[in-house]
Amino acid sequence: MTPHVLELRDVTKTFASRDGREPKAGDGHTAVAGVSLRIARGSFFSLLGPSGCGKTTTLRMIAGFESPDSGEIRLNGNRIDALPPYRRSVNTVFQNYALFPHLTVLGNVEFGLKQGGKSANDAAVRVARLLGQLQLNGKESRRPNELSGGERQRVALARALVLEPDVLLLDEPLSALDPQLRKQVRAELKDLQRRTGITFLMVTHDQEEALSLSDSMAVMHRGRIEQTGTPQELYQKPATKFVASFLGAMNWLEGRGVRPEAVRLSRNELAGAYRGTVRATLFLGAASQVEVRLERGEVFTVQTAPGESWADGETAFVSWDAAQEHRFAAGGL
Amino acid sequence: MSRLRAWFLAPSWLLAVATVAIPFAIVLAYSALSRGAYGGVELPWTSENYQRLFDLLYGAILWRSVWISAVATVLCVVLAFPLALFIARSPRKNLYLSLVILPFWTSFLIRLYAWMFLLRDTGLINTVLQWTGWIREPLPLLYNDGAVILGLVYGYLPFAVLPLYATIEKLDPHLLEAAADLGARPFRALVEILLPLSAEGIWASSILVFVPCLGTYLTSDLLGGSKTILIGNLIQNQFTASRDWPFGAALSMALLAMAGCLLWVARKRGQELL
Repeated sequence: MTPHVLELRDVTKTFASRDGREPKAGDGHTAVAGVSLRIARGSFFSLLGPSGCGKTTTLRMIAGFESPDSGEIRLNGNRIDALPPYRRSVNTVFQNYALFPHLTVLGNVEFGLKQGGKSANDAAVRVARLLGQLQLNGKESRRPNELSGGERQRVALARALVLEPDVLLLDEPLSALDPQLRKQVRAELKDLQRRTGITFLMVTHDQEEALSLSDSMAVMHRGRIEQTGTPQELYQKPATKFVASFLGAMNWLEGRGVRPEAVRLSRNELAGAYRGTVRATLFLGAASQVEVRLERGEVFTVQTAPGESWADGETAFVSWDAAQEHRFAAGGL
Repeated sequence: MSRLRAWFLAPSWLLAVATVAIPFAIVLAYSALSRGAYGGVELPWTSENYQRLFDLLYGAILWRSVWISAVATVLCVVLAFPLALFIARSPRKNLYLSLVILPFWTSFLIRLYAWMFLLRDTGLINTVLQWTGWIREPLPLLYNDGAVILGLVYGYLPFAVLPLYATIEKLDPHLLEAAADLGARPFRALVEILLPLSAEGIWASSILVFVPCLGTYLTSDLLGGSKTILIGNLIQNQFTASRDWPFGAALSMALLAMAGCLLWVARKRGQELL
């Protein structure tokens, strides 16, 4: 057993013509340009990036719905890039779930078990256990259109997890849920991954989702991986300007970036501080967010303790430790 | 408001009464009258025309109409399904859809003559086959049941494609990906996912093809010759050569009743599926 359950080596995919799958795809658009990834067995991995960055195409190549133009995809060390989807031990939770509307919850969950002829002896036990874990007991004979959004998502998870795949692929799994439900389901998803021990590979454009769920993650931009690492590494030591601005908030001054929580705000002029005027204050409970327009023109967002109070129009001095700032070569790469 | 509504609906009502209700009443009345000496109808009222429907000779023609229509319908749906699937998944849907309806720009009669030109003993197919030495005697391609079925499939294929296309186009393309993802080979995905979800379209296509096939007379007349008589030709004969209008009317009522039953069954079946 290799330590990495899934490995991508220099995978490239170019769409020949407009096909509407990637939102910003033009003619001869390179959706994925040399992506290499290694995903550790049993981990929760996220592929984060803005829409059109190639993350969904990457996921679809792993699932087998698209085939790479070049590069290798290995599952447990064996190449799978030439195999059809039904011969890969990966399963997908689709963004819109793609539940079979004419089958019941049970029919959907059992669908995969009935394929390929050899049904597992413990199939019924597995189905029952999974339906229990996902709180779907009593809904076995419902049709997808009789379920709530959250229930549909759990059916989609059960349908894929029942096959105990080597990797579970999740395409924006939370985006179809309403915001109130999203946070709750996020916690459940993490819990489910821990309990099943199955490797989860999630594609998302939501940085908060990726940061909170992942053991490790990669940020994608224009078909390339910008950086791979743990959420802490990516947040604290962004390797490129794109990662720095895409993950969390960042204030920019002459090519140097500094996080709002690393900026000090003072009424006294400290050495090396920048003078500015408070434009707005946002009270967030645990902290306050103050917007300061520097005399030089830049607008800084500063996180302050909730006790501090700043009035609009007040003069303030902005400073930070040089160790806390991020510097990047011009051009971002 | 409702008076205005009635006025706007009036033309539709008039049209429906003039072209459906009145002709139907005339045919119904004719079917219960006696035969006139030189065509037409005369009194007294009789049920004899309907009794004649149960004659074995007419039963055979009726049965032949049903099975030829059934074969043509099955062939149409089987051919139309992959075509509809292809069009629904293609980025050039509109082009292909207009190609499907393109034949309607030419008269059906002319297109049937074209088929005769292709199929007859001295036609294009036989000439080419003889010229290349594949066959010595011309193949009997025209004036048989096969030619009639070919003509029906050719003529009604567009009617089968359109409802199937409408059904398949609405389906989420991710459903087939999901099936493959869960381990279904293409054939299993077709049988377990695509066909059940297209059932509505398959029924609509079948009805749309079967009903006009049942009443056809042009195709069987031109491509079937004198041997392949269908109920449509039989009706035509009663109003022309045989000059037996009441019996022709009774046959028309029988055809209408059959089509009506079929629509009723299909609707029931369709509702069950939904």
